Amino acid sequence: MPVLDRGLPIDDRWTDLADDQDIPAEGAVIVSLERWRTERDALTARRDAVGVRLKSNQLATEIADDLGSLSLVALEFPKFRDGRAFSAARELRERFDYKGEIRAFGHIIPDQYLFLTRVGVDTVVVPADRVGPAWAHALKEISVAFQPALGREEGVSLLRRHLKGTVPA
Amino acid sequence: MPDTHSPALRSNQPADAHAAVYRYDEFDKTFIFERVEQFRAQVERRIKGEITEEEFKPIRLMNGLYLQLHAYMLRVAVPYGMLSSTQVRRLARIARVYDKGYGHFTTRQNIQFNWPKLEDVPTILRELAEVDMHAIQTSGNCIRNVTTDQFCGAAADELVDPRVYAEILRQWSTMHPEFTYLPRKFKIAITGSPNDRAAVQVHDIGLIAKKDETTGRVGFTVYVGGGQGRTPYLAVKARDFVPVEEIIGYLEAILRVYNQLGRRDNIYKARIKITVNEMGADKFIGLIEEEYARLRRQKFHVDPAIVDAIQTHFAPPPWVELPAISDSFEAAKAADPAFARWTRSNLTEHKTRGYAIATISLKPIGGIPGDAEADQLETVADLADLYSFGEVRVTHEQNLVLAHVRQDDLYALWKALDAAGLGTANAGLISDIIACPGLDYCALANTRAIPVAQRIAERFADLDRQHDLGELKIKISGCINACGHHHVGHIGILGVDKKGEEFFQILLGGDAGTNAALGEIVGPGFDYDGIIDAVETVVNTFVKLRQPGEIFIQTLARTGHAPFKEALYARA
Ligand code: HEM
Ligand code: SF4
Repeated sequence: MPVLDRGLPIDDRWTDLADDQDIPAEGAVIVSLERWRTERDALTARRDAVGVRLKSNQLATEIADDLGSLSLVALEFPKFRDGRAFSAARELRERFDYKGEIRAFGHIIPDQYLFLTRVGVDTVVVPADRVGPAWAHALKEISVAFQPALGREEGVSLLRRHLKGTVPA
Repeated sequence: MPDTHSPALRSNQPADAHAAVYRYDEFDKTFIFERVEQFRAQVERRIKGEITEEEFKPIRLMNGLYLQLHAYMLRVAVPYGMLSSTQVRRLARIARVYDKGYGHFTTRQNIQFNWPKLEDVPTILRELAEVDMHAIQTSGNCIRNVTTDQFCGAAADELVDPRVYAEILRQWSTMHPEFTYLPRKFKIAITGSPNDRAAVQVHDIGLIAKKDETTGRVGFTVYVGGGQGRTPYLAVKARDFVPVEEIIGYLEAILRVYNQLGRRDNIYKARIKITVNEMGADKFIGLIEEEYARLRRQKFHVDPAIVDAIQTHFAPPPWVELPAISDSFEAAKAADPAFARWTRSNLTEHKTRGYAIATISLKPIGGIPGDAEADQLETVADLADLYSFGEVRVTHEQNLVLAHVRQDDLYALWKALDAAGLGTANAGLISDIIACPGLDYCALANTRAIPVAQRIAERFADLDRQHDLGELKIKISGCINACGHHHVGHIGILGVDKKGEEFFQILLGGDAGTNAALGEIVGPGFDYDGIIDAVETVVNTFVKLRQPGEIFIQTLARTGHAPFKEALYARA
């Protein structure tokens, strides 16, 4: 499935492995949390990068101790309405200082894209028939943000603008 | 729209220059117009079929657009209930041009339009944006419009003016990237008075602003996990004092715990009240505290200078020195008993000498609670310009308030209100009823609610009788979702379906005030005709039992429910 970065499809080096698929000798792979736990040694013995998929009911704490070995964490949206991954991403970044890639996959709509980038998600996986200009556009539609989050630290806390004497009399 | 309705005022400032509404700066304006255009594009994508109705639903909800029984309904935010007269006139215009000539004020201090067309909605939102208004986050599983005390900044009993904090929370929660797809809707209420007029304990988060007397620091007692709906709970206290600087960080911690652990398998178990009660309050509060302890608090620190800067939007209006007693006011009361009666129910003490807070009843006998016609809105805007610094407030009891009226002006104000059908002397009395839309508008309803309210009001139409009964709050919901707040009515009425027929249960002893309490069902329900008699039986029982000076809930608290039960069910 196409992977978007900053709204545009990219060449993706990752292979998303189902639990019953064999681990290839080479290439970056993403596995489920359960598989990571049971086959961790085999996975880390390889030269190539490993990522872990979290279901929406699996909190960031589940992999907190493993983050040093993981180049990617993929967060699932089983339904776009299930917003737990927004907190998981933020916990990965802010609580656990995770610097690797965070990827969102599952049922995601363009209208969530800006929020995803603001909680620390780098890439999103979207079905081929859903790739279109709406994604890039979604990042530009709203140019202001009212609360501190990730990425646009400076000036992001809109409240702070009130300190700059911009308040109308 | 030009202010053609405004009479020339005492100076050449706009008539509502001192109205305490937050005025958008360039930044807010950029945001609000971008947001309108974003929604316009979303509506177009929906009309073209590029997104499904299921995907469009949360988007339109996040912009205040509901689908009701007959049509779309647009819920416009009135942040913490404050409006300028310019904004009121714009609402009147929208009612007239895009709707059927009226609007409906809600129990969350907002206004709803019941008949807009989908294709008009982006244009309506643009018209709102022009006067610093929007419909953002008035529905959907996000942090909703923050509500507060309708008398803030004017009440004699207020310790801290909550509006500046409500505005800070409004900005913080607007398009919050992490908390816009919560398990369920999330409502925050805030009060700054020991007499809670914002029902904070039946909200997901309730904040009571207070000042530490020794240090002068302002902060909040934080309550969490209250709510009405089908399983009502009063909120539990999470912390006794969170200083202002830390409040956003603390709320982030609560929301993060809830977003991760709140139930998503059943929408009726998804509110934070269920999370708190299934997990146990102590455990939940423990998780909040852990989250808060590790949060990067500096990031969420609210600089006192920010509070000061935003406070300027809510500066007190230029009150003038007045004598404590107005001779003309006293004379008018003596001369006109109808006016005198209105002053007894619809005025509240102002903190400034010579002024009063006036409640404008949107509950005319036999009317639809909370409805206002476009003409009435314009009348209120004009009167606000003339008598109350161009400012109007919406109450959670679905009335309007002019908060700063000179006692000298009250008689002229009341006469003008009365001429417009807005002068009913019933604020806080038995006909000041909250009723949900019920079967008339709502697809989930079991029963009618508005007609029940109308018929109760008609039964007790005699205002002298109402005044004799004193404060008595009736709240009616057409099903267990409790939109009509029946759990916290002194007398609550709940519509249930019994084999395809409408039945109404009576709850007694609820209270949305400082002594928040949930009412209890007294016994079997009554049919549509019987419920009005049953309410009258309860009221007559109270009259028989009351001691001098007692209001209904005081008598009830003293006697218990037994005599009421007996009167209702022992009839042969
Ligand atoms: C026809 C349209 C409406 C529908 C379909 C509807 C539906 C619902 C539902 C399903 C709930 C339960 C939510 C829950 O327990 O989580 C609810 C709660 C509520 N609704 Fe409505 N509602 C409607 C109109 C209104 C109106 C017009 C108002 C205000 C005037 C309102 C105010 C409320 C309030 C205050 C609650 C209780 C919130 C709480 O649990 O604290 N609703 N509504
Ligand atoms: S209480 Fe029930 S009938 Fe009334 S508006 Fe809410 S969902 Fe509809």
